[in-house]
Amino acid sequence: MTELICIVCPCGCHLLVDEKDGYKVTGNDCPRGEIYGRIELTTPTRVITSSVPIDGAIHRRCPVKTDCALPKSLIFDAVRQLKEVELTVPVHMGQVVIQNICGTGASFIATREMRWESI
Amino acid sequence: MRAKQIRSLGCVCFVFFVLNSLTKWGIVVFDTAIIGCGIVGAATAYELSRYHLNIAVFEKANDVACGATKANSAIIHAGYDPEPGSIMAALNVRGTKLAFDICKKLDVPHKKTGALVLAICEEDIGIIEILYDRGKQNGIQDIQLISGCQALEMEPNLNPSVLGALYAPNAGVVSPWEYALAMAETAVRNGVTLHLESEIVSIQKTKAGFQITAKGGMVCEARTVINAAGIHAADIHNLACEPAYTIRPNRGQYYLLDKSQGTQVSRVIFQRPTIEGKGVLVAPTVHGNLIVGPSSEYVDGENIAVTREGLIGVAHIAHKSVPGLNLRESIRNFAGLRAFSDLDDFIIAEADGTHGFFDLAGIKSPGLTAAPAIAEAAVELLRQSGLVLEEKEHFIDTRRVVRFRELDVEQKILLIKANPAYGRVICRCETITEGEILDTLHTVIPPRSLDGVKRRVNAGMGRCQGGFCSPKVLEILTRALGVSPTLVPQDQADSWILTENCNKKVPPCMI
Amino acid sequence: MHDLIVIGAGPAGLAAACAAYDSGLRDILLVERDCELGGILNQCIHNGFGLHYFKEELTGPEYADRFIRMLKNTNVSVMLNTMALHITPQREVHTVGAANGYQVLRAKSIVLAMGCRERTRGNLCIPGTRPAGIFTAGTAQRFVNIEGYMVGKRVLILGSGDIGLIMARRMTLEGAKVLACVEAMPHPGGLNRNIVQCLQDYAIPLYLSHTVVDIQGRSRVEQVTVSKVDGKRNPIPGTEISFACDTLLLSVGLIPENELSSQAGILLDPRTNGAVVYENMETSVQGVFACGNVAHVHDLVDFVTTESQRAGKAAAESVLGKLVVGNELALQAGEEVSYTVPQRIRISNADQKTDVCFRVRRICSNSRIKVTSGGVELASYPRKHMAPGEMEWISLPYALLKQARDAIEISVEKE
Repeated sequence: MTELICIVCPCGCHLLVDEKDGYKVTGNDCPRGEIYGRIELTTPTRVITSSVPIDGAIHRRCPVKTDCALPKSLIFDAVRQLKEVELTVPVHMGQVVIQNICGTGASFIATREMRWESI
Repeated sequence: MRAKQIRSLGCVCFVFFVLNSLTKWGIVVFDTAIIGCGIVGAATAYELSRYHLNIAVFEKANDVACGATKANSAIIHAGYDPEPGSIMAALNVRGTKLAFDICKKLDVPHKKTGALVLAICEEDIGIIEILYDRGKQNGIQDIQLISGCQALEMEPNLNPSVLGALYAPNAGVVSPWEYALAMAETAVRNGVTLHLESEIVSIQKTKAGFQITAKGGMVCEARTVINAAGIHAADIHNLACEPAYTIRPNRGQYYLLDKSQGTQVSRVIFQRPTIEGKGVLVAPTVHGNLIVGPSSEYVDGENIAVTREGLIGVAHIAHKSVPGLNLRESIRNFAGLRAFSDLDDFIIAEADGTHGFFDLAGIKSPGLTAAPAIAEAAVELLRQSGLVLEEKEHFIDTRRVVRFRELDVEQKILLIKANPAYGRVICRCETITEGEILDTLHTVIPPRSLDGVKRRVNAGMGRCQGGFCSPKVLEILTRALGVSPTLVPQDQADSWILTENCNKKVPPCMI
Repeated sequence: MHDLIVIGAGPAGLAAACAAYDSGLRDILLVERDCELGGILNQCIHNGFGLHYFKEELTGPEYADRFIRMLKNTNVSVMLNTMALHITPQREVHTVGAANGYQVLRAKSIVLAMGCRERTRGNLCIPGTRPAGIFTAGTAQRFVNIEGYMVGKRVLILGSGDIGLIMARRMTLEGAKVLACVEAMPHPGGLNRNIVQCLQDYAIPLYLSHTVVDIQGRSRVEQVTVSKVDGKRNPIPGTEISFACDTLLLSVGLIPENELSSQAGILLDPRTNGAVVYENMETSVQGVFACGNVAHVHDLVDFVTTESQRAGKAAAESVLGKLVVGNELALQAGEEVSYTVPQRIRISNADQKTDVCFRVRRICSNSRIKVTSGGVELASYPRKHMAPGEMEWISLPYALLKQARDAIEISVEKE
């Protein structure tokens, strides 16, 4: 039996999920909570946000995010892949920075425009 | 012809090589080596730099004023507190007069606010009467005893049950680290050499005087040594002389309140003095804040931590002077160490049995006030010991610092037109510009850390305590010094701020 | 003389400027001290923004980008790298910047959108030495996300507010070891999603009802001591835990930055640390409006946007002579409520619905929000769960305001 706080809406229902009973969820006030409780314990996923070095821009770092949620277990592997990246201007919003992260098909994309800026 | 030229060239090279080696080995003979560049060392260097003397100052920290000088009440005391006839009393009164003059000449922020010593209970009345008598004996003309009503008229936020007060109009407040820095800079501009990060590890008596070795290997000789090493004065003394006194560090803890509290009082407000010192005061600072403190407790070593008990104690006593004090408006707490010696008075004398070694030790309160007078006394000691003091014809005795926030609109407009760096505000809380920070890098004692910049221009001293400006100041320092930001310290050399560059291809390590 | 000067081009300033333009103003100047538009959003590279406003989950820079694009479709002038130093009650704005020097500008209306600063160690009087390695979470965030430098290797976080939680995750992903998050209150300060995704995901322990009682280290932080606290937040002797670390991040509260507002003689509310505002975000000085974190600390940028749009529209109305200044009603914070924004309502100026934001003093489950006036209950809204760390809002219909005889009180009562 695992206790979880649902994060789908601000209610924050305290859920109980029974792994031994097909991940049955109790304590939820709405069906979204039931889905969250089940997925969170079976195949939890996360969108990962981080930043990569960039040359020639107004800042030394360009923010990135995954374009969809990845399995939670791959967070560190995904971030490790980012360490291989070094961008140069120009970078466009949504530009793919790493394709197919850890074979998931998901990509890291840039989350802002960065143009050439003189210091 | 060619052989002669080669021989001359050879001689020149040889002399150059010797001089270079002598300098490299540091075998230069100074007339005076001053150890310590706090307020006393700086004042002494400044005073001595008036004369044709070869002077070196050795300071163990990476900047001047890093000991008690940057962590005290910042008061120029009127002089009613020390025992009449003591060295402290004479030098306090002389120092007060000199202090305001020097601050004006060297552009050091200062304000003659006046001071009140409050009598809160019946017993206190007798005490302020004693202080009044002492003040008169010490030569202060204009102190007065006033009634509780008069005190409240002057300072409406005082404890309404105040019975009376001693009023000293000639007391004031100063920026103590800027005061030390101004005197040190002026000394350097007048030919004094300043060696920072040069802790003295040995002093050997020689025929000419003393051989002094600093950490890192620098060796030099000096005819005389002046010991202005604050809480380490006894250690320095004992390197060259028979032990004669001990120094016990006594810690004082403070609150610094936001500028919104800066007008709670407009004068320095004391309560009755205690055995350990002048007790807890509430005072405006020269920067517009309010300072509350200090506590008083003996500590081991260089313990400048602030404690919960210490702050609670300060709060409790301070509320007796100013009941409406809002300590929730604190922006910073700090502590400094007083150099309490086992003798009652300042130790300003040649060491017994060691000719040429002079102590300026046990300089607790009113040390900041007395500093220029202590320097005069040191000069006199040197003169009596036989050093020839010939005044320089051209002594640089002025200093000007550009302070953007103090200029009027017209002046600001012109300044930025002349140099756009003054148009880039770096410290929001105190309105400090990039131009002013760059100015510090062109002085004779440029800053080596974020706190060094803070002490020179106040960037980081405001209510956000560097939250906004520290990345910007860091960026300016790294650009100017041409080093990686990871090498710029917060204060002393090993107080690193940033660990590493995120922009390098190393995978995160999962500890 | 400009129609409108907006001070600050973060989410509040951007939304206000766009709304003022959309409401008909054509001479708008946006003043920003940083080198780019977007304000604090530029360093908030995590997601969670825009869930309400755009019905999408965006990162900070993406959210800012939406409004920067909107701004580009207006003729709003922008002065970057320009600091507003002083404003007067007569709506004079003194600015300084390297490019344009020192300027004294005048405006028919002003929107204050300066945001807030972080509470510091000195505000809390945390005992100990003063080594390097103590940062507010926002400053650390700037170093890591914008400057590109790590601030430490072994980290302790004081305060479970959102910024601290976000930085716990950020530091971990950049290779630091975050030892714990310590919170003085008996409940977490930030959003639950951040507790889960920033602490639980990385097995970072959360110590509730604990606080930092000592910091040790000569030049750099070496050790931080944490202790349990009682109901009055006093440390309980004997409960000390020591953490060997080199970094302490502080996420202990935000304070609206109202230095300029005080200079202009604007009345401030000590409960919010922001200006006292009317229903349309106008302050006590006519023609001067405040919105976003400078008015009161928000949790979600979406509400900053709607509030700032209201302010921008009202600034336009004030310039175009459409504001009606009439009778005022005070809004009071009743039982369990710490403050309301707005603090005053002018009914004649109220829209069909007037949004009121407030915070509760403690966690309230299964309660209802009561709106009363002169002892008469005018409306009631049930809520399953409310917490001090999550700003609440209700919408008061115009008809309800008309019923009010006296001050309107917002309170919370358990069901």
